[in-house]
Amino acid sequence: MRFSLLLALLGALVAALFAVSLLVGPAGLTPAQSLAALIRGEGLAETLVMREIRLPRALLAVMIGASLGLAGAAMQGYLRNPLAEPGLIGVSGSAALGAVLALHTGLAASFMLGLPLAALAGAAAAVGLILVLAGPGGGSITLILAGIAVSAMAGALTSLVLNLSPNPFAASEIIFWMMGSLADRSMVHVWLALPLMVVGWALLASLGRGLDALTLGEDAAATMGISLVRLRLVLVAGVACVVGAGTAVAGAIGFVGLVVPHILRPVVGAQPSKLLAASTLGGAAMVLAADIAVRLILPERDLKLGVLTAIVGAPLFLHLIYRTRREGL
Amino acid sequence: MTNAPLLSLRDFSVARGPCDVLRDVSLGISAGECVGLIGPNGAGKTTLMRAALGLMPARGQSSLAALDRLARARTVAWMPQQREIAWPVSVETLIALGRNPHRAPGHAQSAEDRAAINAAITRMGLEGFRTRAANQLSGGEQARVLIARALAQETPLLMADEPTAGLDPANQITLMELFATQAADGHAVLTSLHDLGLAARHCTRLLVLHRGRLVADGPPEAVLTPDLLAEVFQISAHFAQSPQGPVFQPLGVIR
Amino acid sequence: MAHPTARITLASPRASRLLALAASLSLGGVAAQAGPPERVVSINLCTDQLAMMLAAPGQLISVSHIAADPLMSVMAEEAARYRLNYGQAEEVHALIPDLVLAGPYTSRYTVGLLRRLGVEVRELPIVERLDDIPETLALMGMWLGREDAAQTLVAEYRTGLAALAPDHDHRPRAVLHYANNYTSGTQTLAHQILSFAGFANIAEEAGLSGGGTLPMEQLIMLMPDLVISGQRYPGLTRAEDVIDHPAMEALRDRHAGATVTDAEWVCGTPAVLSAIARLTALHEGGS
Repeated sequence: MRFSLLLALLGALVAALFAVSLLVGPAGLTPAQSLAALIRGEGLAETLVMREIRLPRALLAVMIGASLGLAGAAMQGYLRNPLAEPGLIGVSGSAALGAVLALHTGLAASFMLGLPLAALAGAAAAVGLILVLAGPGGGSITLILAGIAVSAMAGALTSLVLNLSPNPFAASEIIFWMMGSLADRSMVHVWLALPLMVVGWALLASLGRGLDALTLGEDAAATMGISLVRLRLVLVAGVACVVGAGTAVAGAIGFVGLVVPHILRPVVGAQPSKLLAASTLGGAAMVLAADIAVRLILPERDLKLGVLTAIVGAPLFLHLIYRTRREGL
Repeated sequence: MTNAPLLSLRDFSVARGPCDVLRDVSLGISAGECVGLIGPNGAGKTTLMRAALGLMPARGQSSLAALDRLARARTVAWMPQQREIAWPVSVETLIALGRNPHRAPGHAQSAEDRAAINAAITRMGLEGFRTRAANQLSGGEQARVLIARALAQETPLLMADEPTAGLDPANQITLMELFATQAADGHAVLTSLHDLGLAARHCTRLLVLHRGRLVADGPPEAVLTPDLLAEVFQISAHFAQSPQGPVFQPLGVIR
Repeated sequence: MAHPTARITLASPRASRLLALAASLSLGGVAAQAGPPERVVSINLCTDQLAMMLAAPGQLISVSHIAADPLMSVMAEEAARYRLNYGQAEEVHALIPDLVLAGPYTSRYTVGLLRRLGVEVRELPIVERLDDIPETLALMGMWLGREDAAQTLVAEYRTGLAALAPDHDHRPRAVLHYANNYTSGTQTLAHQILSFAGFANIAEEAGLSGGGTLPMEQLIMLMPDLVISGQRYPGLTRAEDVIDHPAMEALRDRHAGATVTDAEWVCGTPAVLSAIARLTALHEGGS
């Protein structure tokens, strides 16, 4: 009962932030104008602003936030480590590498889903590598070290590809791919990301029972009817789908998958399956809030989303490392 | 009560690299038995149990490993030596995990599930701990919670790897008495133990592993002979029947 | 050789300061040198093109690699006949130039290092007005010792510009929309090209003087009649995604004959005349 109340509250928060996100922008529309334009299509310019600029932006914030929150909660549940986060351990960075390769080799232009699928491949490679390096028995240190290595490699290769591109704007986009932004995205990007995300959400949502059982460790879970092989495969595929699709259209946004599960874990009684649902909503709320904030702080500049999420997330990350160390994990 | 064995191993071997760490073990465990698995460090006790459960590759036959995942989860509850509780979930939530094999995915707990959980909580004296975070309890309390989880699984067979390690004497005795009661109630228990005194007092049958082979199998008084103790454990011991039951006390190391 | 600032009027005080600095720093080299430079290396797209227009045969020995890119340079074919450089000090120094031509946005480190190595570096100021082009040509002519060739080009340019002289009552509102929502305000060459061809620059309504970003929302609320989009380059970048944003496509559909800015808009050279001519044609066709 309390859990459903929490979900209802988080849902209401997401809805409220979604509405605010639709109302914030340099065009200076009143809420009444905005609504009339969005729903009834009143005014050519207003309708273009609402339907083609603000709506996709708000939708992407929800989709990407939900994805990152869910992916973070799922990875932490599997690795039984609160430090596992797609951005920090290089999964987002590798997805960005895949996306950049697709954009600058022409793969993205050659077929519709080329961009998100390439990002998915990058993310899948990184998750796979991390699970091999820091999977069963690997502690926090292994996880963080593996994450540093994967992130550094993905970041360097992304920079390399962008520097080699003949496009004069490519090199200046390194920051976008590393920090992420939702500025001036369109419905094209929503449709590009949505199919893979839906698949990923479904895969990750099915993990709840297995992740709960893993609370007792791999052996205990395996003898409680959980197939660890299947669990691992679904996790890799699910995380790759949601992080790949999100990064392909908005760059790598870090710390969402760290901050949100951390805040919500005590509220849901730490149960991994409940944390999946709560973090999905919480992630959507966090990215919406961050994207509203970047528009309020520097309205006419494209302040990167990852800057804000890192300012909130990095101190928390340090705190978690400190606590992990103190507990001798 | 004795009918088809709940666990049977036939010519069971486990290899690690080129050499066998477990060789040609055959045995059967039936309802009503409380079986202690003893042997020195590195004898292969954990390997035997994990491989029998199908958690690691093995040659030969194991009735448990042959079952599908769900059927196995309804046949045997397993308590690994590592008492792992990764998250600060409530005691009740943790114990409820034992009901996983009985509950279809996406379904709420049935009355039967709740009854099993409540019974396990009462049995382990955890009534006052229901809402406490399980990983913040003391070692002994955590052990009781994990046993309650295994009990809630309501399987005919319970397997535990050194469940008494790290427990105080009262907790050790309570645990062994619980296993004996389970067996007397028609379940079967297989537990590895280092404390031969506990094994002698509470088990109906002992299995002795030595260098990967099963070297003795029988009631404690038949197994714990001075020759076997010297050969396998390199100790001498005092073992006698007293009015309060069997008493076993290691005395010294034989060099 | 006369002091260069004595003969030209400069549009921005910053550029004149740079130029004075350049002149004073290279004074020693100038004094030692008799006659026009013999080994000229250009490391800036705009000086590349002006030098190629004016240099005597064999005088210019290298231009920047960007000059050979047809997307940015109106003289790409011609540039391919020169040795191409990447603007690195060591590479340039190895060419043993007696004059290096740079722009105000050339890396300060490169310029500073070349001067420390005793190479004479001259920096051509940015052209912000159509009226500055003759002076720029004259300045380049003087640096290269090709004053006569420069005067010929100046005369041609003046004639060409006069032929395109403005005669427009109706001024459709246009927006220059480049990658990253960048646009050109009133103090830019692009603005002058636009105005000369009979269009009103919407950036003026938004209060932009130099170059700057105009958020897409704001741009759409201003509802321009014509969208003049930035050039697209190979590879897909997020910066250029905004050019094809559905909202911008919707705006573009409002005016037939949407156009793009290209290499002709980049530098203050006589090539701007053909950019003006194309825009004027679009104006006459559309109104």
